[in-house]
Formats: sequence, C-alpha cells, structure tokens
Amino acid sequence: MLAMISMTSVVELAYMASSLLFILGILKLGKVKTSKQGNLWAAYGMALAIGATMLLLITRGDWDPRPGEWAYQSHALAIGAMVLGSAIGWWLAVKVPMTSMPEFVAFFNGLGGAASMFVGLAEVPRAVELAEKAAEEAAKKGEVGGWTMSGSGADFAIAVMLAVIIGAVTLTGSLVAYAKLAGKLNKSRIGPLGSQGFNIVLGAVCIGAGAWGGFFAADPMGLWVSNGLLTLGALLLGFGLTLPIGGADMPVAIALLNSYSGIAGMTTGFILRNNLLIVAGSLVGASGIILTQIMCKAMNRSLTNVLVGGMGESAGGGGGSKDEGYTKVKSTSAEELAAVLDAATSVIFVPGYGLAVAQAQHKVRELAGLLEKKGCQVRYAIHPVAGRMPGHMNILLAEADVPYEQLYELDRINDDFKNTDVVVVLGANDVCNPAATNDPKSPIAGMPVLTVWDARTVVVVKRSLASGYAGIRNELFQMDNSLMFLADAKKALEDTITELKAL
Amino acid sequence: MNLFLAVAAQAAEAASAPAAQESGNLPFLIVGLWVLLLSIFVGFEVIQKVPPTLHTPLMSGSNAISGITIVGSLYCVGNDYPLSAGILGLIAILCAMINVVGGFVVTDRMLGMFSAKGGKK
Repeated sequence: MLAMISMTSVVELAYMASSLLFILGILKLGKVKTSKQGNLWAAYGMALAIGATMLLLITRGDWDPRPGEWAYQSHALAIGAMVLGSAIGWWLAVKVPMTSMPEFVAFFNGLGGAASMFVGLAEVPRAVELAEKAAEEAAKKGEVGGWTMSGSGADFAIAVMLAVIIGAVTLTGSLVAYAKLAGKLNKSRIGPLGSQGFNIVLGAVCIGAGAWGGFFAADPMGLWVSNGLLTLGALLLGFGLTLPIGGADMPVAIALLNSYSGIAGMTTGFILRNNLLIVAGSLVGASGIILTQIMCKAMNRSLTNVLVGGMGESAGGGGGSKDEGYTKVKSTSAEELAAVLDAATSVIFVPGYGLAVAQAQHKVRELAGLLEKKGCQVRYAIHPVAGRMPGHMNILLAEADVPYEQLYELDRINDDFKNTDVVVVLGANDVCNPAATNDPKSPIAGMPVLTVWDARTVVVVKRSLASGYAGIRNELFQMDNSLMFLADAKKALEDTITELKAL
Repeated sequence: MNLFLAVAAQAAEAASAPAAQESGNLPFLIVGLWVLLLSIFVGFEVIQKVPPTLHTPLMSGSNAISGITIVGSLYCVGNDYPLSAGILGLIAILCAMINVVGGFVVTDRMLGMFSAKGGKK
C-alpha cells in the first residue's frame, strides 16, 4: 500500500514538472531567440507526462490483462498505437511543404480534438457495463435498477458530454478548415449544414442528447443511443459552424479551433480527474482565445460575432466580377513597375492573402534581392491578419529566406510610409483601405490599417478590382499616387523581375 | 418509472460519495476548478506579448501541447475499462500521438527557418 501511494505521488510530481515545462516552453516560444528551445521544452514536458503515465499504469497493474474477459496485452497494443502515431506524425511533419503549413496545423488540431472525443466516448462502454451490473444486482432482489453516468458525479457526466461535443466540433471544424485551406472546398453550405438556424437545432440536439446520456439514460440501450446521438450531432455541428467561414477569415477560425482543442483536452481532465490535463488544456485554450482576440481586433470584428459564426463569404473567395464602379483607376504594367522600382531608394512590400494564394513568396524575395543589389532599402509591412493563419506571412517569407529583421509590424512601420518611395501591395486589400481611418461610417472604421497611401507611389498588384472579405470599396485604388497592376501576384512579380533585369 | 426512481436514489447517494474520496476532503471538481482558474490566468499572461512573427509557431506548438489527451487515452486502455472502451482508447492514442509528434516536429521546422536566417545575418 505504501509503495502504491508513493508511486502515485511520484507520478503527480512528474505531472507537475511537465506542467512547468509546458508553461516555460510557451513562455520561451514567445521570444524569437528562445523559441526553438521553448518548443523543445514543451516536447520534453510531453515525453515526461507520457512516461510517467505509463509507469503508473504498469506498476498499478492497470495494463494487466482483465480477468476473465479480455486477455489481450493492452500495454503492447497501446505502445504499438503510440509508435504508429509517432511515425505518421513525424512523416507528415517532415514531408509537408511550408506553404501548406496552415492546413496541416488545422489537420493536427482536428486529431487532437478527435482524441478528446474518443476519451470522452470511452466512458460510455464503462457506464454501460456498470448499468448492466446494477440491473443484474437489482434483479436478484426483484427490483428494477440501472446506472447513469451522473452516478460517478454530476461533474463527471457534464465533463463527458462537453469532451464529446467540443472534441467532435474541433474534429470536423478542423477538417473543414483543412479542406478550405487546401482549396478542396469552397462551399459555404452543404444542404442545411452551415445555416445559422440549423446550427441552433444541432446545438439543441447535442445538449438534449448530452443531458439524456449523462443524467437520465440508465440502461445500456439508452446510453448507447443518447451518446451516439450526441456524437453525431456534435460532428455535424462542427461542419455547420465552420462551413460559412470564408477563406480570408481563416486566421480567426484556426485560432479559435486551436483554442477548442485545448478546451476539449481540459474537459478530459475533469473526466479522468487529472490536473495535468486541465493545466495543459487550459493553457492551449487560453492561448487560442488570445490569438483569436488579436485576429478579431485586427479585422475589426467582435469576438461574439466570430463565436456565433457566419462570417461573410460574400466576397472573400468568389466575388471576382464586381468592379465597384471605380472611375479613375490608373493601370500599370510590369515594364512601368520595373522602371518605378529601379528609380526607388526605399521600397516596402505589403504581402496579403493573394500572395499566399499565388505562392509568390520566393518571387518577392528574388525581386527584393535585385533591388537590394541596386542599393535600395527593402522592407516588408505585415498586417496581423495578412494570410491564412496568424503570422502566416512571416512563415511564408521566412521560408523564402527573407531575413526577419526586414519584417515590420503595423505599429513599427506606419510612420515610415511617408518617407518611402514605393509601396508594392501584393494581394492585400482591406488591410490598407483608407476608409478605416477616414470614413467613420465605414464598416471597417477604426480597424488598424497600413497607411500605404502616405508613400510617394503605391502599386497595388491584385487580380481584380473586387472588394476584399469586408465587401467594401477601397479608395486606395483610385488615389492620385496609386497604380493598379491587375494580375496574379506571382505572374506580375515574374514579369517585373524580367523587365528589371533587362533595364 | 421504477427504474427512474431507483437510479435517482442511487445517483444522489453516489454523487456525494466517490467524488469526495479523490483528494482528501475536497471533491476533485473543486481542486480541478482551482487549477483551471489559475492555469487560464497563466495562459493569458504568458501569451499576451508574443510578437506576430511567432504567431504561427506558437499556434502549432500549443497545438502539439493540446495532444496532452494522449495521457487521458492511455488510461482508457487500462483494465478498469471494458474492451470496447479500450478500442476507443487505442484510436485516441493514435490520433493524439500524430498530433503531438507532428505538432512538435512541424514547429521545430518552422523555427529552424527563423534561427537559420538569424545566424546568417
């Protein structure tokens, strides 16, 4: 008995150490110099947690074959599943090109949600078994009996329900995000899925089925049906909540789904009564919420607006044909852009969603290299929501060997635009719309934007004059000092590089 | 209806008892809520001032940490769970492990690009 207690305590201490490693790891991850070490520390924390758990389960005899019923070696199977999972994870992580990073982060995130969902669901067979036993015992006494999940505590029943709901929503939501980011899906509705009303119905189904399964279902049949219904409803809800979100709004969606996967993990901590799961889960949940908030602020949206879902697809993906009645747009060509850049001594590139879609980051770097050789100062202005996930532009440009000293955040570069010869906007729109500062009635009024129009010349490289996800016109396009280069970012840059070399 | 009453009585009895055994006198729910409260606070504090450059690695790193459910799924293949729960647990282990390893390795790759550039300069 004494040995048992001390082993439990040792494992608890190990859990404490790994919680600490997670916290310090995230802390270090937040600083450029120590970020790599931070990631490593968090990984050590995870390894410690897994090792300690296995030690506990083996010494406590949890992994011994179950008497009389199933004689398989659960530790062998568990370790097998771990090895297989590690191999798949490693293989995917090494193989993924940097440009498809957002969708793979979404994919991994979905698996985290799935794991929490399955941990929640694993409680169902156990409750069924307990219900069968209770019914048998009651039958011996000539009574009618059963067992509900709330028999293990109301908090337990609620935690199971929440783990299944949040885990399932994370799983299917992330899969939708994955498909959207990978360009395999651009629908905002599939049948009734995706409409606000149907989401409310699904939410009600989940809560109803969850309450039934947690507090009222006392026989095996009821437990299976109610929890099956709960799972199905929650899986569909994940689809419904994520489908309406447009491609350009993905930074918010991914940050939020990341947060959900943490919250799902946290709820499993309440199922298994394990503090480590609560700590790690809520750390991730909190970080996701903060990132979501940063993204919301940068897009001038309220968090409730995002939580309710239904961010407009209106112009984010498809609305290519509207030209919004611009009257005095000056078009330009690769030849002219090359000449303008050739004469410039300072250039700022403003990359956006369009650059990510066109995957033109290497071309930007090539053009920047040419300009630097001519003695021109090159910088990049990065808006917080540029790209398909938080910080996406930084990753894309880093992959193309752009030194991160050249990447400037909004606050650090806005005052410099007025001293800049040329600003090249690459597939960005709303993040440099003057209406945000000039027009108090504009839907994006107050949104922090890059004040590119202060520069001597602004060249906007864009596929069309269509509006961005905010669905509003951009006066920048017809300002006196701006030139429109209507083309795909990659093609435009390639042509400009050719022209510049010919000069 | 009989079943219902029997269950309600049994649930009322059970709800007070097993939860309280877990950690001394306090039911786990209370301890857990304390831990939750403090970790959320730590989480907010730690992440508040991260530069945008690191948003993506931070996200994929914390995403890997959310694979902590691996610990939970290991418990589910223990022998106080029936076979069908064990199978769900095995699936959970597989999912969580892909998340954990994939997440940390991908983050390391991303951060490698930053530091490589920093070194060259």
